[in-house]
Amino acid sequence: MSATLLYAITGSGLFVLGLYALARHAHLLRKIIAVNVMGSGVFLVFGALAYRTPGLVSDAVPHAMVITGIVVAVSATAVALVLMLRVQSETGRPHLPEQPSD
Amino acid sequence: METPFADSPWTVWAVFTPMIGAVAAFLWPRRAALVGCLATLATVGSVFWLIWQVAQLGPQYHAMGGWGAPLGIDLHADGLSAAMLLTTALVGAGVTLYATAYFQQATETARFFWALWLLLWSAMNALFLSGDLFNLYVTLELVGVASVALVALAGNSDALTGAMRYFLLSLLGSLTYLLGVALLYGAHGTLDIGLLSDLVTPAPADWAATGLMVAGLSIKTALVPLHFWLPPAHAAAPAPVSALLSALVVKTSFYLLLRLWLELFPVTAPGFGQVLGLLGALAIFWGSFQALRQARLKLLVAYSTVAQIGYLFLAFPLALTTAAATAWAGTVLFILSHALAKAAMFLAAGNILKFAGHDRIADLGSGSPGIALSWAAFGIAGISIIGLPPSAGFAAKWLLLQASFASGQWWWLIPIVGGSLLAAAYMFKVAGLAFLPNDQGDQGDPKAAGARLSRRMKWTALGFALGALAMGFATPQILALLDSGTPFAQLGAVGVL
Amino acid sequence: MTWNESLPLLVLASSLVPGLIIFCLAEESKGLRTALNLVGVVLKLLLVAVMVWGVEQGQSYEVRFPLLPGIDFVLRADALSMFFALLSAVLWLATTIYAIGYLEDSPKRNRFFGFFSLCVTATLGVALAGNLVTFLLFYELLTLATYPLVVHRGTQVSLRAGRVYLAYTLTGGALLLAGIAWLHALAGNLEFTAQGFLSGLVQDHSAALVAIFVLLIAGLGAKAALVPLHGWLPQAMVAPAPVSALLHAVAVVKAGAFGIVRVVHDVYGFEVVAQLGVAGPLAAIAAVTIVYGSLRALFQTDIKRRLAFSTVSQVSYIVLGTAIAGPVATVGGVAHLVHQGLMKITLFFCAGNLAETLGIHRVEDLRGVGRRMPWTMAAFTLGALGMIGVPPMAGFFSKWFLASGGLDVGQPWVIAVLIASSLLNAAYFLPVIWTAWFRAPPETWPAERAPARGETSLMLLLPTVLVAASALGVGLLASMPFSPLQWVGLIVDVEYAP
Repeated sequence: MSATLLYAITGSGLFVLGLYALARHAHLLRKIIAVNVMGSGVFLVFGALAYRTPGLVSDAVPHAMVITGIVVAVSATAVALVLMLRVQSETGRPHLPEQPSD
Repeated sequence: METPFADSPWTVWAVFTPMIGAVAAFLWPRRAALVGCLATLATVGSVFWLIWQVAQLGPQYHAMGGWGAPLGIDLHADGLSAAMLLTTALVGAGVTLYATAYFQQATETARFFWALWLLLWSAMNALFLSGDLFNLYVTLELVGVASVALVALAGNSDALTGAMRYFLLSLLGSLTYLLGVALLYGAHGTLDIGLLSDLVTPAPADWAATGLMVAGLSIKTALVPLHFWLPPAHAAAPAPVSALLSALVVKTSFYLLLRLWLELFPVTAPGFGQVLGLLGALAIFWGSFQALRQARLKLLVAYSTVAQIGYLFLAFPLALTTAAATAWAGTVLFILSHALAKAAMFLAAGNILKFAGHDRIADLGSGSPGIALSWAAFGIAGISIIGLPPSAGFAAKWLLLQASFASGQWWWLIPIVGGSLLAAAYMFKVAGLAFLPNDQGDQGDPKAAGARLSRRMKWTALGFALGALAMGFATPQILALLDSGTPFAQLGAVGVL
Repeated sequence: MTWNESLPLLVLASSLVPGLIIFCLAEESKGLRTALNLVGVVLKLLLVAVMVWGVEQGQSYEVRFPLLPGIDFVLRADALSMFFALLSAVLWLATTIYAIGYLEDSPKRNRFFGFFSLCVTATLGVALAGNLVTFLLFYELLTLATYPLVVHRGTQVSLRAGRVYLAYTLTGGALLLAGIAWLHALAGNLEFTAQGFLSGLVQDHSAALVAIFVLLIAGLGAKAALVPLHGWLPQAMVAPAPVSALLHAVAVVKAGAFGIVRVVHDVYGFEVVAQLGVAGPLAAIAAVTIVYGSLRALFQTDIKRRLAFSTVSQVSYIVLGTAIAGPVATVGGVAHLVHQGLMKITLFFCAGNLAETLGIHRVEDLRGVGRRMPWTMAAFTLGALGMIGVPPMAGFFSKWFLASGGLDVGQPWVIAVLIASSLLNAAYFLPVIWTAWFRAPPETWPAERAPARGETSLMLLLPTVLVAASALGVGLLASMPFSPLQWVGLIVDVEYAP
């Protein structure tokens, strides 16, 4: 198994792990962390796939994209955290209400 | 060519004018409404110039800063982009007008509204003009963040929890999409849609990437059964925001799905399209059924959006061989007509809510003159949602019906026509209230802050409704615009799918 | 745009524009509203008269512009469309005057007259439509414009009637849409053409054509109140009297019946209909509807409900005449479009006068009313005798041509249906007439609102007497030029030309 493939599989694993946590946990902070784990998984896959042709210098484009992606993820996390705090101050608990009967 | 500015890069201005406006509105909060109006004028102007270019000169292309792919950011505009930009500009201009009256005092909410709305507009225009999978991810995320913040503006617990749920699902959707993008890059080493379209094959990696991207975008488009985040968020937002979300934002991710489907995905197995179509049919029935049993007006309108989104997905199984061009044209027309009609409905519902002080359907009613125009707007918008002629909604459904007969799959007429009847059921459940005698139902809440509606709010809602109705007569012109350098044009001739 | 192109548009605009202005008026501006209404109806009548004269002279009036890929929006005048258009324009004049008198001092008159004008616009659009999509456009507009009139009173009963009305008519519209879309996919053409445009497809696509025919007739039958799609009509009786007159005599049921005539003659062509074997079943449904409607009418004690079931029955004469191939029966059926319209509107105006002036809603309350309201009851008697088919009333000629048409093509069972129906007509109308003229009046009427002088307001009486007189007139003058019967001859000549 090449290192690239190992990283890619690990990245996908993180994505799935995050997805599970997002669905499983009720606390909003855990959900936000779960989304971040998923994001990290995706970035890892990107980074791994940058090294496409063995022996050559790795591709710079995915690196640029991962950096952009991290900026996006940080901003999104900040918004999510503020929103979580507002939810807590407004409803008294950092949880989403039960789904409306649907 | 005597037209002034015919050579200017209007693609760039369509993205940057609202962006500059957003920054200005944030920096000068006291003048936010004025900035919003000026930015709207400038953006609408840029977009119309761009549409003129696309219609007269053909597809437009601009490499920002002269960099070009892969590191630079390229902007493309073809007929499909132009149709989406047009939809956004029409709805955007009306919502700006409405919002100047809706947010009367320069509260904090109002200030943030202008900055966020202009940011959202900029992000949407950028999304329609991008031809690169990663830029599309960034714009998609920007659209998501701006929309979530706009929902949260209402500030009450419904809005905040609605926004939070919306945000988490939106992030899930974009990350799923991004994972698909990563797989495609790994396989082919480029993210330019044009270049990729020659490289993708029905190989397992490409199939996995396709599946992930479609799933991610379906979450963001609220396709049943991933729709549950939409009704609470759209219903809890302030009226102009609800209009923007239902009319435009859900269409952005669908636009992306449509473009990828047409230009990129290795669609060799029709079963995939059939699955999407079945989910669309399910959305039509489930969404309409839910709309019918809602007790609150804005939730009813929001579930109607869930149902109408289903129609967009019917094109995937219908777009076979010779029927493809017809099916896609119908879908784009549907996006446009639904945008206008749904904006009208949410703005009218906002007026009714403001007038009565609540939106419980059972207690609404009265044809009191103060609210008659808003009821009229709601009813006329309903004509387009039901899909009765001469509305653009009818033209769209007609094209979908033609596509289902032409592709030999007549059974799709069941959701197309059945959805119309269900839409009529939930529309007239509400519209009938307008005919209650004066002394029945609510007379308007004297304590509600805005019980007297401004003329601008009433007429904007009515304007959208009439626009959706009259747009049916402009069908040939819209279809002609779509033919400008769109993937549909070649479909008609060659029958690629 | 030439005069001949703009005339059909002007005919529509003459009611659309006043209607839209009326929506914007203040509720108190009664004078302006009345003036707009009257200018609109008179102008429309003049324009239609010009077109009728022109069509008779061989002029062609047509306007078209593209609407959908391969489909135009077409308004065109031919003999059949002008027949229906003239009927609508004339009856509109009468109904508008009647409605102005009827709704005096009631609330929301702007809304009422606004939708009223949209309704006539839609009806004229149905008449002038030159292809099926244009027809569908106005057919659905008619549904939408009549709904507010049905629920005008805003009571729970009227809202329920409105829901039932929509359930039937919108479902009908959906079936019609499915049929039209299918037909377009199959034939690629939807233009009304004399003797139809489908004869080339019978060989290969007969099953599809039969299915489309069923969809189209079911869609149109919902408005034409063919059994079992008639359920909405008696319920819609809660609407104000001018609306009932409109629903029953001119606009809604007639749009359905007119559409069936169009489909049979100008889409399929009667030969194709016969080849496909669908003419027989259609005639059978019409016959069942005729007898069933009359039977139900017999057991109604409410005057308007009795009239409603009578409408169910009488409109199917038109369908019957269309379904029996052969020029003579077609003359009877198509002429009945006008004959039934004139007679039924008379009856509904009378019912409105009785309810408005004396509060009479039930047959048993009619005792001796002939002495109290002689003009109204005279008009009612004329209308009722016409419905039964007593010569020289217009209804007699319809039945005569239907019967001889049936004999001509070897379908004598038609005569049995007509006799049964006429006997039933007599059974439910003669007791009404007898009660009104020959029984002693009660001490007090249920709810009398005595006008200053005369039996009732002139605005109500005048239109009633006029339509009754014309129902008599078209019978007496049946052989004069421009009489409905002669005009139908023109239509039939085109449809049955060798």
